[in-house]
Amino acid sequence: MLTRKQLAIPYAIFLVLFVVLPLLVVVYYGFTDRNGNISFENFLGFFQNGKTVGTLVYSLAIAFLTTVFSLLLAYPVALIIAKGAYSQRTKFLMIFVLPMWINFTLRITALKEILTLIEGNLAKYQFFNTVLCMVYDFLPFMIMPIYNSLTKLDNGLIEAASDLGANKLQVFFKVILPLSIPGIVSGVTMVFLPSMTNYVVLDMIYNSTYIMGSLIGSYFSAYDWNNGSVISIVLLLIILGITLVSNKFAEPESKAHVAP
Amino acid sequence: MIKFFQHIVIWLVLLFLYAPIMILMVYSFTDSTMIGTIKNFSLQNYVTLFTTPELVEMIVGTFALALVVATLSTFLGTTGAIGAFYSKKRTRGAIEIANQIPVINADVVTGFSICILMIIFFKVRKETFIPLIIGQTALCTPFVYLSVLPRLKQMDHNLYEAALDLGCTTSMALRKVVVPQIVPGIISGFMTAITLSLDDYFITTYTKPATFDTISTYVVNATRGSQTEIKTALWALSTLIFVLAALYVVAQNITRKKESK
Repeated sequence: MLTRKQLAIPYAIFLVLFVVLPLLVVVYYGFTDRNGNISFENFLGFFQNGKTVGTLVYSLAIAFLTTVFSLLLAYPVALIIAKGAYSQRTKFLMIFVLPMWINFTLRITALKEILTLIEGNLAKYQFFNTVLCMVYDFLPFMIMPIYNSLTKLDNGLIEAASDLGANKLQVFFKVILPLSIPGIVSGVTMVFLPSMTNYVVLDMIYNSTYIMGSLIGSYFSAYDWNNGSVISIVLLLIILGITLVSNKFAEPESKAHVAP
Repeated sequence: MIKFFQHIVIWLVLLFLYAPIMILMVYSFTDSTMIGTIKNFSLQNYVTLFTTPELVEMIVGTFALALVVATLSTFLGTTGAIGAFYSKKRTRGAIEIANQIPVINADVVTGFSICILMIIFFKVRKETFIPLIIGQTALCTPFVYLSVLPRLKQMDHNLYEAALDLGCTTSMALRKVVVPQIVPGIISGFMTAITLSLDDYFITTYTKPATFDTISTYVVNATRGSQTEIKTALWALSTLIFVLAALYVVAQNITRKKESK
């Protein structure tokens, strides 16, 4: 007879076959050469080649700036919706999240038309335009988690702090900001990685430089599975690093209970 | 004073998010081929959108794919969540870690790895649509799982036991007692899967048949080309998608209000 546990079997098999196995295959291709012999050439090649290392640095710079600007825009917005003077908070949040429903390629097309009108030639400010488009694309993903962590924040703590003599700035830096760190961390993870890899945004605004994602794209077009896999592994390592760091902060339950 | 600043911040960010979409919406109803030039009112873009076979095929294909993928993901994610929820801690932990991989992984890597496995390693032909459907399902299912799980945690578990005591078989108790209680999670998971599939570019590019295009891949190719007719028809498409999304969100708001009453 069917038990409840057995319902997990189809998904468990699916996860092994199509989530875990692909990564193992990528690792296999990353560490072999074209003839299937084990080799570290691909990896050495990645780190010895000025171009690929340059791409890594360039995408880290893009991702860093995109994350910082998204955070600077998203935090005040999330704070105002969650704790500000507006009454219908969920409706307000909906308005900020609604653009996520439109296909990102269509949204970037829209922004590109506006930028072309303002700047004339998009190629003049490639770096700036890239960061701008990425921020435009990923901003809702930063607003959501920060808003969520701010709504969970107990208003009593804010009142207690100001009753005990803290001014508004102190309340913000000593109470609100530290308690919203889990939200910031999950927002950062949702923005940083896509902005390292979403090369379509660059393609669409004619940025001729490469980011990590575009390397995979170009190796893919060249049928070079081994080097494409190396890039994937480098990205996976970065993801692993980010996850390990963010797990340290991701204990909203235990940290939110400051009061006994 | 502080209130005034709050309004300024909110409206500036809204302007940033919405101005491009809104301007494109306005221009989709004109016959101009570029933003900035003032021309006459025209519905030509909408006519082109619905009469060009290539465009119609692409739109129908995108939504059909999204429906197939969302249905598959909803089935796998829901059964997976129920099963994992009642499994031993270690099994559940393993499923949860694997489930988290597509969520945090970069879409490029997910798409590339699925492509390597299915097309290069197992030699499945792209024309069968199998790599594409499986790839997108791998991306969407974890989000269904994550939206069903909280509902399971909130559920009253005595009801299931009661149903068994009163003579229900396991599958009957699941269908009549468990599933009705987690339906909101299943629906929101399904909708998330739809949006993810519609929005996906990377998995699609790496696994799609050469002659098939979704909105994402089509738009990216169209921006490279110089066909202004197609370009402005896409403005009409993004207007329609925006209106549909807005209507859905409004409808959702209304039903939620009714629920809370």
